[in-house]
Amino acid sequence: MSKVIVVTSGKGGVGKTTSSAAFASGLAAKGHKTAVIDFDVGLRNLDLIMGVERRVVYDFVNVINGESTLKQALIKDKRVENLFILPASQTRDKEALNKEGVESVLNELKEEGFEYIVCDSPAGIEKGAFMALYFADEAIIVTNPEVSSVRDSDRILGILQSRSKAAEEGRTVKEHLLITRYSPDRVEGGDMLSMDDIIEILSVPLIGVIPESGTVLQASNSGNPVIMDKESKAGQAYMDMVCRFLGEDIPLRFVKSEEKKGFFKKLFG
Amino acid sequence: MGLLSFFKQKKKKNTANLAKERLQILIAHEHANKSRQAPDYLPKLKDEILQVIRKYVHVSEKDVNVNVEKGTDYDVLELNITLPDSKE
Repeated sequence: MSKVIVVTSGKGGVGKTTSSAAFASGLAAKGHKTAVIDFDVGLRNLDLIMGVERRVVYDFVNVINGESTLKQALIKDKRVENLFILPASQTRDKEALNKEGVESVLNELKEEGFEYIVCDSPAGIEKGAFMALYFADEAIIVTNPEVSSVRDSDRILGILQSRSKAAEEGRTVKEHLLITRYSPDRVEGGDMLSMDDIIEILSVPLIGVIPESGTVLQASNSGNPVIMDKESKAGQAYMDMVCRFLGEDIPLRFVKSEEKKGFFKKLFG
Repeated sequence: MGLLSFFKQKKKKNTANLAKERLQILIAHEHANKSRQAPDYLPKLKDEILQVIRKYVHVSEKDVNVNVEKGTDYDVLELNITLPDSKE
Protein backbone atom coordinates (compact mmCIF):
# COMPACT_ATOMS: atom_id res chain seq x y z
CA MET A 1 0.00 0.00 0.00
CA SER A 2 1.34 3.40 -0.90
CA LYS A 3 0.56 6.57 0.97
CA VAL A 4 0.26 10.09 -0.37
CA ILE A 5 1.40 12.69 2.14
CA VAL A 6 1.03 16.43 1.57
CA VAL A 7 3.38 18.88 3.26
CA THR A 8 1.43 22.12 3.51
CA SER A 9 1.04 25.28 5.58
CA GLY A 10 -0.94 28.01 3.87
CA LYS A 11 1.69 30.60 4.73
CA GLY A 12 4.89 30.86 2.73
CA GLY A 13 8.42 30.70 4.08
CA VAL A 14 7.66 28.46 7.05
CA GLY A 15 9.76 25.52 5.81
CA LYS A 16 7.54 23.37 3.58
CA THR A 17 10.20 22.59 1.01
CA THR A 18 12.94 22.12 3.63
CA SER A 19 10.61 19.79 5.52
CA SER A 20 9.51 17.90 2.38
CA ALA A 21 13.14 17.33 1.38
CA ALA A 22 14.11 16.20 4.88
CA PHE A 23 11.03 14.01 5.38
CA ALA A 24 11.33 12.27 2.00
CA SER A 25 15.07 11.71 2.46
CA GLY A 26 14.45 10.33 5.94
CA LEU A 27 11.79 7.88 4.72
CA ALA A 28 14.11 6.70 1.94
CA ALA A 29 17.05 6.40 4.35
CA LYS A 30 14.83 4.15 6.46
CA GLY A 31 14.53 1.86 3.46
CA HIS A 32 11.21 2.95 1.98
CA LYS A 33 10.88 3.68 -1.72
CA THR A 34 9.89 7.34 -1.74
CA ALA A 35 9.06 9.98 -4.33
CA VAL A 36 8.87 13.69 -3.55
CA ILE A 37 6.91 15.92 -5.95
CA ASP A 38 7.25 19.69 -6.23
CA PHE A 39 3.75 21.17 -6.77
CA ASP A 40 4.97 24.77 -6.89
CA VAL A 41 4.50 25.25 -10.63
CA GLY A 42 6.25 28.39 -11.80
CA LEU A 43 8.40 28.66 -8.66
CA ARG A 44 10.34 25.40 -8.66
CA ASN A 45 12.68 25.12 -5.68
CA LEU A 46 12.65 21.58 -4.31
CA ASP A 47 15.32 20.65 -6.90
CA LEU A 48 17.60 23.32 -5.43
CA ILE A 49 17.07 22.25 -1.82
CA MET A 50 17.71 18.63 -2.86
CA GLY A 51 20.80 19.64 -4.84
CA VAL A 52 19.58 18.18 -8.15
CA GLU A 53 18.91 21.45 -10.01
CA ARG A 54 21.44 20.62 -12.75
CA ARG A 55 19.86 17.25 -13.45
CA VAL A 56 16.35 18.49 -14.30
CA VAL A 57 15.44 17.58 -17.87
CA TYR A 58 11.69 16.94 -17.77
CA ASP A 59 9.20 17.98 -15.11
CA PHE A 60 5.80 17.19 -13.55
CA VAL A 61 3.84 19.14 -16.20
CA ASN A 62 5.74 17.43 -19.04
CA VAL A 63 4.61 14.08 -17.63
CA ILE A 64 1.00 15.24 -17.26
CA ASN A 65 0.98 16.52 -20.86
CA GLY A 66 2.54 13.32 -22.16
CA GLU A 67 5.68 15.13 -23.35
CA SER A 68 7.84 12.77 -21.35
CA THR A 69 7.43 9.52 -19.46
CA LEU A 70 7.41 9.47 -15.68
CA LYS A 71 10.67 7.48 -15.71
CA GLN A 72 12.36 10.19 -17.78
CA ALA A 73 11.25 12.95 -15.43
CA LEU A 74 12.03 11.28 -12.10
CA ILE A 75 15.48 12.20 -10.77
CA LYS A 76 17.13 9.45 -8.75
CA ASP A 77 18.95 10.77 -5.70
CA LYS A 78 22.67 9.94 -5.64
CA ARG A 79 23.05 10.01 -1.85
CA VAL A 80 20.11 7.93 -0.68
CA GLU A 81 18.83 4.70 -2.21
CA ASN A 82 15.08 4.57 -2.92
CA LEU A 83 14.68 8.35 -3.24
CA PHE A 84 13.29 10.02 -6.36
CA ILE A 85 12.48 13.67 -7.07
CA LEU A 86 9.84 14.93 -9.51
CA PRO A 87 10.55 18.63 -10.16
CA ALA A 88 7.89 21.28 -10.82
CA SER A 89 7.60 23.00 -14.15
CA GLN A 90 8.69 26.61 -14.56
CA THR A 91 5.69 27.38 -16.78
CA ARG A 92 3.59 30.41 -15.88
CA ASP A 93 0.42 28.63 -16.97
CA LYS A 94 -1.72 28.39 -13.83
CA GLU A 95 -3.91 25.69 -15.36
CA ALA A 96 -0.97 23.36 -15.97
CA LEU A 97 -2.06 21.09 -13.11
CA ASN A 98 -5.42 19.35 -13.21
CA LYS A 99 -7.03 16.62 -11.13
CA GLU A 100 -6.92 13.98 -13.87
CA GLY A 101 -3.27 14.60 -14.68
CA VAL A 102 -2.14 14.64 -11.07
CA GLU A 103 -4.13 11.51 -10.30
CA SER A 104 -2.64 9.62 -13.24
CA VAL A 105 0.92 10.50 -12.14
CA LEU A 106 0.16 9.45 -8.55
CA ASN A 107 -1.35 6.17 -9.78
CA GLU A 108 1.67 5.45 -11.95
CA LEU A 109 3.97 6.06 -8.97
CA LYS A 110 1.87 3.65 -6.91
CA GLU A 111 2.14 1.03 -9.66
CA GLU A 112 5.90 1.54 -9.71
CA GLY A 113 5.95 0.41 -6.09
CA PHE A 114 6.54 3.70 -4.33
CA GLU A 115 5.57 3.31 -0.67
CA TYR A 116 5.47 7.02 0.11
CA ILE A 117 4.64 9.89 -2.21
CA VAL A 118 5.43 13.24 -0.60
CA CYS A 119 3.68 16.26 -2.14
CA ASP A 120 5.48 19.54 -1.49
CA SER A 121 2.71 22.15 -1.61
CA PRO A 122 3.15 25.74 -2.73
CA ALA A 123 2.10 28.52 -0.35
CA GLY A 124 -1.38 30.00 -0.53
CA ILE A 125 -4.76 28.34 -1.00
CA GLU A 126 -4.95 28.47 -4.78
CA LYS A 127 -4.81 25.81 -7.46
CA GLY A 128 -1.31 24.44 -6.81
CA ALA A 129 -1.89 24.11 -3.07
CA PHE A 130 -5.31 22.56 -3.70
CA MET A 131 -3.87 20.01 -6.17
CA ALA A 132 -1.11 19.08 -3.71
CA LEU A 133 -3.58 18.29 -0.92
CA TYR A 134 -6.51 16.91 -2.93
CA PHE A 135 -5.32 13.29 -3.16
CA ALA A 136 -3.60 13.17 0.25
CA ASP A 137 -4.07 10.30 2.69
CA GLU A 138 -2.12 12.15 5.37
CA ALA A 139 -1.03 15.74 5.84
CA ILE A 140 1.91 17.35 7.57
CA ILE A 141 1.02 20.88 8.60
CA VAL A 142 4.17 22.96 8.89
CA THR A 143 3.71 25.79 11.38
CA ASN A 144 6.00 28.44 12.84
CA PRO A 145 5.37 29.64 16.42
CA GLU A 146 4.02 32.92 15.14
CA VAL A 147 0.47 34.31 14.82
CA SER A 148 0.08 34.53 11.04
CA SER A 149 1.47 31.04 10.46
CA VAL A 150 -0.87 29.49 13.05
CA ARG A 151 -3.88 31.26 11.56
CA ASP A 152 -3.00 30.13 8.02
CA SER A 153 -2.47 26.56 9.25
CA ASP A 154 -6.00 26.64 10.62
CA ARG A 155 -7.27 27.79 7.22
CA ILE A 156 -5.49 25.01 5.35
CA LEU A 157 -6.80 22.47 7.89
CA GLY A 158 -10.31 23.67 7.08
CA ILE A 159 -9.68 23.08 3.36
CA LEU A 160 -8.25 19.61 4.02
CA GLN A 161 -11.32 18.70 6.05
CA SER A 162 -13.83 19.99 3.51
CA ARG A 163 -12.40 19.92 -0.01
CA SER A 164 -9.93 17.04 -0.22
CA LYS A 165 -10.88 13.86 -2.09
CA ALA A 166 -10.93 12.02 1.23
CA ALA A 167 -13.41 14.57 2.63
CA GLU A 168 -15.59 14.27 -0.46
CA GLU A 169 -15.70 10.50 0.05
CA GLY A 170 -16.47 10.81 3.74
CA ARG A 171 -12.99 9.79 4.89
CA THR A 172 -10.61 11.93 6.91
CA VAL A 173 -7.06 12.98 6.07
CA LYS A 174 -4.77 12.03 8.95
CA GLU A 175 -3.19 15.26 10.18
CA HIS A 176 0.21 15.80 11.78
CA LEU A 177 1.54 19.06 13.18
CA LEU A 178 5.19 19.89 12.52
CA ILE A 179 6.46 22.98 14.32
CA THR A 180 9.57 24.50 12.74
CA ARG A 181 11.90 27.36 13.70
CA TYR A 182 11.23 26.75 17.39
CA SER A 183 13.34 28.65 19.95
CA PRO A 184 12.97 27.18 23.45
CA ASP A 185 14.80 30.19 24.93
CA ARG A 186 12.30 32.63 23.48
CA VAL A 187 9.38 30.43 24.53
CA GLU A 188 10.67 30.40 28.10
CA GLY A 189 11.17 34.16 27.93
CA GLY A 190 7.50 34.60 27.00
CA ASP A 191 8.25 35.97 23.53
CA MET A 192 7.19 32.97 21.49
CA LEU A 193 4.10 30.75 21.36
CA SER A 194 4.90 27.43 22.99
CA MET A 195 4.31 24.08 21.28
CA ASP A 196 1.52 23.40 23.77
CA ASP A 197 -0.16 26.68 22.83
CA ILE A 198 -0.06 25.79 19.14
CA ILE A 199 -1.34 22.24 19.71
CA GLU A 200 -4.19 23.64 21.81
CA ILE A 201 -5.17 26.23 19.20
CA LEU A 202 -5.02 23.91 16.17
CA SER A 203 -5.93 20.66 17.96
CA VAL A 204 -3.75 18.55 15.67
CA PRO A 205 -1.45 15.84 17.07
CA LEU A 206 2.22 16.80 17.09
CA ILE A 207 4.70 14.82 15.00
CA GLY A 208 7.80 16.89 15.58
CA VAL A 209 9.42 20.14 16.67
CA ILE A 210 12.39 21.41 14.67
CA PRO A 211 14.54 23.91 16.54
CA GLU A 212 15.62 27.16 14.89
CA SER A 213 19.08 26.34 13.62
CA GLY A 214 21.74 27.78 11.39
CA THR A 215 22.38 24.36 9.90
CA VAL A 216 19.08 24.56 7.97
CA LEU A 217 20.43 27.47 5.92
CA GLN A 218 23.82 25.79 5.56
CA ALA A 219 22.08 22.67 4.29
CA SER A 220 20.06 24.55 1.68
CA ASN A 221 23.16 26.52 0.66
CA SER A 222 24.87 23.27 -0.21
CA GLY A 223 21.82 21.43 -1.57
CA ASN A 224 21.85 18.68 1.05
CA PRO A 225 18.62 17.93 2.89
CA VAL A 226 19.27 18.94 6.52
CA ILE A 227 18.32 15.46 7.74
CA MET A 228 21.60 14.17 6.26
CA ASP A 229 23.48 16.31 8.78
CA LYS A 230 23.37 13.85 11.64
CA GLU A 231 25.35 16.16 13.92
CA SER A 232 22.86 19.02 13.75
CA LYS A 233 19.90 19.35 16.10
CA ALA A 234 17.57 20.21 13.21
CA GLY A 235 18.70 17.09 11.34
CA GLN A 236 18.19 14.91 14.40
CA ALA A 237 14.78 16.46 15.08
CA TYR A 238 13.74 15.68 11.48
CA MET A 239 14.93 12.08 11.84
CA ASP A 240 12.93 11.75 15.08
CA MET A 241 9.88 13.04 13.22
CA VAL A 242 10.36 10.48 10.42
CA CYS A 243 10.63 7.68 13.01
CA ARG A 244 7.44 8.85 14.72
CA PHE A 245 5.70 8.89 11.36
CA LEU A 246 6.77 5.28 10.88
CA GLY A 247 5.22 4.39 14.22
CA GLU A 248 8.16 4.54 16.61
CA ASP A 249 7.68 6.06 20.02
CA ILE A 250 10.35 8.72 20.35
CA PRO A 251 10.45 11.46 22.99
CA LEU A 252 10.78 15.10 21.93
CA ARG A 253 14.23 16.65 21.96
CA PHE A 254 15.52 20.22 21.79
CA VAL A 255 12.29 21.72 23.14
CA LYS A 256 13.74 22.96 26.43
CA SER A 257 16.15 25.80 26.95
CA GLU A 258 19.65 24.36 27.20
CA GLU A 259 21.33 26.11 30.05
CA LYS A 260 19.36 27.72 32.75
CA LYS A 261 21.09 30.90 33.75
CA GLY A 262 21.62 30.84 37.48
CA PHE A 263 20.59 33.66 39.71
CA PHE A 264 24.12 34.99 40.02
CA LYS A 265 24.76 34.77 36.34
CA LYS A 266 21.59 36.72 35.68
CA LEU A 267 22.62 39.27 38.22
CA PHE A 268 26.24 39.73 37.23
CA GLY A 269 26.73 37.79 34.00
CA MET B 1 23.31 41.66 32.04
CA GLY B 2 23.51 43.76 35.16
CA LEU B 3 21.48 44.39 38.24
CA LEU B 4 19.27 46.94 36.55
CA SER B 5 18.31 44.76 33.59
CA PHE B 6 17.59 41.86 35.92
CA PHE B 7 14.81 43.82 37.56
CA LYS B 8 13.69 45.34 34.31
CA GLN B 9 13.24 41.91 32.79
CA LYS B 10 10.70 40.97 35.45
CA LYS B 11 8.37 43.67 34.23
CA LYS B 12 8.54 42.61 30.60
CA LYS B 13 5.18 41.67 29.13
CA ASN B 14 4.51 38.09 28.13
CA THR B 15 3.58 38.65 24.49
CA ALA B 16 3.27 34.91 23.80
CA ASN B 17 0.18 34.78 26.03
CA LEU B 18 -1.24 37.76 24.21
CA ALA B 19 -0.65 35.99 20.87
CA LYS B 20 -2.40 32.88 22.14
CA GLU B 21 -5.46 34.81 23.35
CA ARG B 22 -5.75 36.77 20.11
CA LEU B 23 -5.47 33.59 18.03
CA GLN B 24 -8.03 31.71 20.08
CA ILE B 25 -10.58 34.50 19.70
CA LEU B 26 -9.86 34.97 16.00
CA ILE B 27 -10.02 31.29 15.12
CA ALA B 28 -13.22 30.72 17.11
CA HIS B 29 -14.73 33.65 15.24
CA GLU B 30 -13.58 32.39 11.84
CA HIS B 31 -14.93 28.91 12.54
CA ALA B 32 -18.31 30.33 13.59
CA ASN B 33 -18.47 32.38 10.39
CA LYS B 34 -17.65 29.39 8.26
CA SER B 35 -20.36 27.21 9.75
CA ARG B 36 -22.92 29.96 9.23
CA GLN B 37 -21.88 30.39 5.62
CA ALA B 38 -24.40 29.03 3.12
CA PRO B 39 -23.14 26.65 0.44
CA ASP B 40 -22.44 28.10 -3.03
CA TYR B 41 -25.22 26.14 -4.70
CA LEU B 42 -28.00 27.61 -2.57
CA PRO B 43 -29.13 30.50 -4.84
CA LYS B 44 -29.23 28.21 -7.90
CA LEU B 45 -31.08 25.51 -5.95
CA LYS B 46 -33.67 28.05 -4.83
CA ASP B 47 -34.11 29.30 -8.37
CA GLU B 48 -34.65 25.81 -9.81
CA ILE B 49 -37.10 24.82 -7.07
CA LEU B 50 -39.05 27.99 -7.76
CA GLN B 51 -39.28 27.12 -11.47
CA VAL B 52 -40.59 23.63 -10.74
CA ILE B 53 -43.23 24.91 -8.31
CA ARG B 54 -44.32 27.59 -10.76
CA LYS B 55 -45.29 24.88 -13.24
CA TYR B 56 -48.15 24.04 -10.91
CA VAL B 57 -48.83 26.93 -8.57
CA HIS B 58 -47.96 30.54 -8.81
CA VAL B 59 -45.64 31.53 -6.01
CA SER B 60 -43.45 34.59 -5.77
CA GLU B 61 -39.77 34.49 -4.94
CA LYS B 62 -40.30 35.58 -1.38
CA ASP B 63 -42.61 32.63 -0.73
CA VAL B 64 -39.76 30.16 -1.09
CA ASN B 65 -37.27 29.91 1.71
CA VAL B 66 -34.21 27.66 1.45
CA ASN B 67 -31.89 27.29 4.38
CA VAL B 68 -29.00 25.04 5.34
CA GLU B 69 -28.35 24.41 8.98
CA LYS B 70 -25.07 22.81 10.01
CA GLY B 71 -25.19 20.28 12.81
CA THR B 72 -22.30 18.41 14.37
CA ASP B 73 -23.06 15.09 12.68
CA TYR B 74 -25.20 16.16 9.72
CA ASP B 75 -26.48 19.22 7.89
CA VAL B 76 -30.17 19.94 7.46
CA LEU B 77 -31.61 21.39 4.27
CA GLU B 78 -34.72 23.30 5.22
CA LEU B 79 -37.32 24.13 2.55
CA ASN B 80 -40.19 26.43 3.35
CA ILE B 81 -42.73 27.18 0.64
CA THR B 82 -45.77 29.28 1.35
CA LEU B 83 -48.56 28.43 -1.07
CA PRO B 84 -51.11 31.12 -1.95
CA ASP B 85 -54.67 30.81 -0.59
CA SER B 86 -56.85 28.83 -2.96
CA LYS B 87 -59.72 31.02 -4.11
CA GLU B 88 -62.09 28.31 -5.12
